[in-house]
Amino acid sequence: MFEIKNLTCGYNSDFLLKDITFNVNKKELLGIIGPNGSGKTTLIKALTRLIKPLKGEVIFEGKNIWQITHKELSKKIAVVTQNLQPNFMNVEEFILLGRSPHYKKFQFLETKKDYEVVRKCMLQTDTIRLKDKFLNQISGGEKQLISIARALAQEPELLLLDEPTAHLDITHQIKILDLIRKLNKESGLTVIIVLHDLNLASEYCDRIILLNNGLIHKIGSPQEILTYQIIEEVYKTVVIVGNNPVSSKPYIFLVNEEDRKKSIRV
Amino acid sequence: MRNKLIHWLIWLFILGIILSVIILFSLSVGSSGIPAKKIFSSIIYSRCTTEYSIIFDIRLPRIILGFATGGALSLAGVILQGIFRNPLVEPYTLGISGGAALGVCLNILFKLNEILGFLSLPLSGFTGAITVIVLLYFFSLKREVFKIHEILLTGVMISFISSSLIMLIMALSRTEDLHSIVFWVMGSLEEPNWLLIKLMVIVSISGLFISYLFCLDLNAISLGEEEAAHLGIDVEKVKKILFLLASILTGFSVSITGMVGFVGLVVPHFVRIFAGTDHKIVLISSFLSGAGFLIFCDTLSRTIISPVELPIGVITGILGGSLFIYALTRRSAFFGEK
Repeated sequence: MFEIKNLTCGYNSDFLLKDITFNVNKKELLGIIGPNGSGKTTLIKALTRLIKPLKGEVIFEGKNIWQITHKELSKKIAVVTQNLQPNFMNVEEFILLGRSPHYKKFQFLETKKDYEVVRKCMLQTDTIRLKDKFLNQISGGEKQLISIARALAQEPELLLLDEPTAHLDITHQIKILDLIRKLNKESGLTVIIVLHDLNLASEYCDRIILLNNGLIHKIGSPQEILTYQIIEEVYKTVVIVGNNPVSSKPYIFLVNEEDRKKSIRV
Repeated sequence: MRNKLIHWLIWLFILGIILSVIILFSLSVGSSGIPAKKIFSSIIYSRCTTEYSIIFDIRLPRIILGFATGGALSLAGVILQGIFRNPLVEPYTLGISGGAALGVCLNILFKLNEILGFLSLPLSGFTGAITVIVLLYFFSLKREVFKIHEILLTGVMISFISSSLIMLIMALSRTEDLHSIVFWVMGSLEEPNWLLIKLMVIVSISGLFISYLFCLDLNAISLGEEEAAHLGIDVEKVKKILFLLASILTGFSVSITGMVGFVGLVVPHFVRIFAGTDHKIVLISSFLSGAGFLIFCDTLSRTIISPVELPIGVITGILGGSLFIYALTRRSAFFGEK
């Protein structure tokens, strides 16, 4: 459904992404991982038209995304970013903004359907109790949940998330990723998710793209990507890969300096 | 949703009442006081009395002009605040009024209005305003992320430069021009030309309608430009149109009434406190409150030390400048950034 062909882009003469090619299949949960500065956020921006590619193209359902109008594109692709600006609106108004792509010309007021969709999205994300709170009164985890609710209000086919679990406690990390997986499996929503935490990526993604220095290092299933050779090569860190006893997905253990030296001596 | 609408309608109703009271007050006070009761009777029955001519030839034109410019300046303020996502920007603090003023001064200096007709005044004001906006636009474009403080400082510097140039023009101009420049720079709602008043009314009311086509876009932009783009808004296009609209509103206002600063700062600030931040209500209520505010300031300016008339820019400047300083000291609440 989403094809990225030879995508090269960057700011000024700095290339941040070089020759990226991959496909996203329908109803897939695709993870993007990579060290800091490897181009994950730039890739998300290139996929959502925020930066123009220098070379290559991004094709969504057979059309180059630069040939689709802003409005049409935002009915198909919704994005959840990490930068929620401080604002003085309440949660319901915020989620209603997700309906903007569906407004007709010269339509000022929300229709009954808009309110129904927003209510449904709030129920899905368990945020209905926050309805009348203001954005500066809610916690970081709740902000992430309402951002997802707003993206769902766009009724998209593809959802892109840029590190939705950053700076959150494990309760919210799991809550958000469980929600995304549920949306993916039950409603058939295609998801591309940038994750920092390798173990979360391993646990939740069908396929993983590992980026390094603006290049795709490898694409594959969690078992194929999360091996200690690949991780040590890309992240330049000593790790041990085991398995999660419940899901038997790869699990990455970190080794501190002291133990590292000890094991060398032994 | 129905609750919100009812809330908005009540608020607009209250605004309407306040505006009518201010208009009545402004019609009745002045160097010859006319009691409110007499206003109606003189409008309806007596067409040739002095009261009638005071109301229709002196006070009403000022009120209409105050309504149009007050509304236009507040609207320009709301639009610019929406684009820059900062409550401190407005035509005056961004130097747009200064640019418009410089344009008009150049027009007077070179006597273009005598050659091209008086309509060249608003056009030169608009040219000045759009020049400043284009400068600011490229300044904010050149950097990936603009810092609002830098934009504000640039705006203040543009104001300084244009006021220095205006002083230079004053020094170069002949005495008979000097008077008109000085009087005009200080700002006044006295405008003998009915056609210009009508033009201002048309410009400001159509500005209100056009701005309403973008109220949803402004709401989305308040989340940040990237977020707005994700919500399907062509941010660059919207910004260009709104910048153009703001400079038309400012350019025309400044060229007809002179430098009346801070209306676009004071009015939207208080409107947001009472009516919330949704542009659907902020635009219309800022327009109405701005109209009321400017008519009120004008009434003050001609009654405080009557029969001498104070420049209206002095009153809005003192009120608006103090609020600006107050807002700056409470930066965290206003800027919403680190």
